[in-house]
Amino acid sequence: MKSLFLRDIKLAFRSGGGFGLTLAFFLIVILFVPLGVGADNAILARIAPGILWIGAILSCLLSLDRIFQLDFEDGTLEALATSPLPLESIAASKAAAHWITTGLPLTIIAPLLAYLLQLPYAGYFWLISSLLIGTPALSFIGTFAAAVTVGVKRGGLLLSLLVLPLYIPTLIFGAQTVIRATISLNPMPALLLTVGISLFSIALMPFACALALKVNLK
Amino acid sequence: MSLWEYANPVKFMALSGRVLPVLTIMSAVLLVAGLIWGFFFTPDDYKQGSTVKIIFLHVPAAMMAINAWVMMLVASLIWLIRRHHVSALAAKAAAPIGITMTLIAIATGAIWGKPTWGTYWEWDPRLTAFMILLVFYLGYIALWEAIEDKDTAADLTSILCMVGSVFALLSRYAVNFWSQGLHQGASLSLDKEQHVDNAFYFPLLVCIGAFILLFFTLVLLRTRTEIRLRRAVALANRRNSHG
Amino acid sequence: MSLSVQNISCLRAGRAIFENLSFDLKKGDCLVLRGPNGSGKTTLLKTLAGILPSATGEIHCDPAQISYAGHLDAIKAQLTVRENLTFWAGIYDAGNLDRVLSEFDLTTLADRYGQTLSAGQRRRLGLARMILTECQIWLLDEPTNSLDAEHAAIFAKAVNKHCSNGGVAVLSSHIDLHIPNTQTLDLSDFAPTGATETDPFLQGGFS
Repeated sequence: MKSLFLRDIKLAFRSGGGFGLTLAFFLIVILFVPLGVGADNAILARIAPGILWIGAILSCLLSLDRIFQLDFEDGTLEALATSPLPLESIAASKAAAHWITTGLPLTIIAPLLAYLLQLPYAGYFWLISSLLIGTPALSFIGTFAAAVTVGVKRGGLLLSLLVLPLYIPTLIFGAQTVIRATISLNPMPALLLTVGISLFSIALMPFACALALKVNLK
Repeated sequence: MSLWEYANPVKFMALSGRVLPVLTIMSAVLLVAGLIWGFFFTPDDYKQGSTVKIIFLHVPAAMMAINAWVMMLVASLIWLIRRHHVSALAAKAAAPIGITMTLIAIATGAIWGKPTWGTYWEWDPRLTAFMILLVFYLGYIALWEAIEDKDTAADLTSILCMVGSVFALLSRYAVNFWSQGLHQGASLSLDKEQHVDNAFYFPLLVCIGAFILLFFTLVLLRTRTEIRLRRAVALANRRNSHG
Repeated sequence: MSLSVQNISCLRAGRAIFENLSFDLKKGDCLVLRGPNGSGKTTLLKTLAGILPSATGEIHCDPAQISYAGHLDAIKAQLTVRENLTFWAGIYDAGNLDRVLSEFDLTTLADRYGQTLSAGQRRRLGLARMILTECQIWLLDEPTNSLDAEHAAIFAKAVNKHCSNGGVAVLSSHIDLHIPNTQTLDLSDFAPTGATETDPFLQGGFS
């Protein structure tokens, strides 16, 4: 399992791995917001928490179809399925590697982009915490959707349609954490709910994912 | 002879062929009766006037929008556990009906909302939840359409329905949580059922009954169509493989 | 270590591919699958590997001892030959990379990236994984595709060595590999008779 995890991280950083694309996309989405809604600092500060969370989710979406697709196409997934590694572990390892190469970097650059969007100072700690805690849920739910669509040719669009509704609770709890912090409400309940959704996804998604992989390998 | 025997396509076709005409007539009669009673033989609301009568469409449609998903979940689980083909096809057949009910609920809600609150759309938790249900239906239907092999499609959509149900339910509660922060002291409550008096209650019950029957009629009809389609494909495959 | 199969049948998209297939392999046996395209060689190997379900019958073997190589070589283009093998060594918790590299004539290629390998080199790397896994049962789908005569002989030697060490191998191949003690199974002998309707939708009428 460690071997698979390390290999996935290594592949993400090699050429064509798409590591930089995620961050570049996040940057562009954030750049688009003032261009689209105008450079009014008060408005930007008000919508910054939501925009940062939506931007992070959209950036995360970009790399989801790579989780299984490449391994499926070159026969690695089939070979892995017959290895001693259970499909559940394969799914969990893939999701963890996706988080390391997507969720974690997004969390790290989020404060910088938050500054550009004039996020009130009260929000920074909660932005970082909510992303750090919430993005694993994005990776684990996304891995499930990637497993469902792995057999579909050019399934990227379908994958987005399947996974975005599943992201709704994470988006709400994550963004609410930051919003509540910026309007002087207690952000703790929202953060705890984010923790809940993350733990729930980490615990159960690998099993659903293994079910879907088994069907798709037939 | 167990109930499961009817999950065999041949048995199902025979039984549903006999049940369908009865169901069709019953749902048509109930629907016409319920709507006429509701629209023409109930008093106007003292505050909302006659606009309130749209509940006879709105409430049953909204209920069936959710119940259709629940039925899909049950049918999906039966497929995953017992591998009954009819069950998988019934789930597939229910989805477009569910999405239509969702759209009817949203549309009638909008029409009702304009005279009542002065707007067609409000990001009220209930309205938002129906919008979310709509996108869950869209994803489910899109997955059925995208996969060539129908048994694989049945497996994957069933798994998606299972996981989707959990997340749809979570979204429902997340939306309640979300709206607290934004609209303090919700000025517009959609909980109309709570102050419905008896004059509305009985015709509403008839309409709900009619929609339930209508739903089952349509599911049976569509499932029969799906079975015929599968049979046509299976026959074509057999002919091709025998040269 | 043995691989025993009793009365298995396989379906693809509701159609039977083969029916009532049985065989019994003991230590050191090598089974070569023959049959025209579409007779189910790949399907049988995938069924033995546990990827596909069998509609009937039973398969007796230790799943942990199975190592499967399909049509595709499971090679990552962005990893070197050595990295590719290190990855599989990690999955199977096995060592001895250098011995495996030299056995398949890959030592000089060790630092080349997967994307620069020729079809034959990729195939050799794919097969090198089999030795690395140290599994007792090899399932190989057309292993000699794109191998030249010299490397096909090296491969045959590797299979022979595997079997003489008590391993079991099942492979499909168009060419004769001259492996001693091989049994042959012609899948067209197990073609479905059409007597059993497998697709439930073929029964009954349209109304």
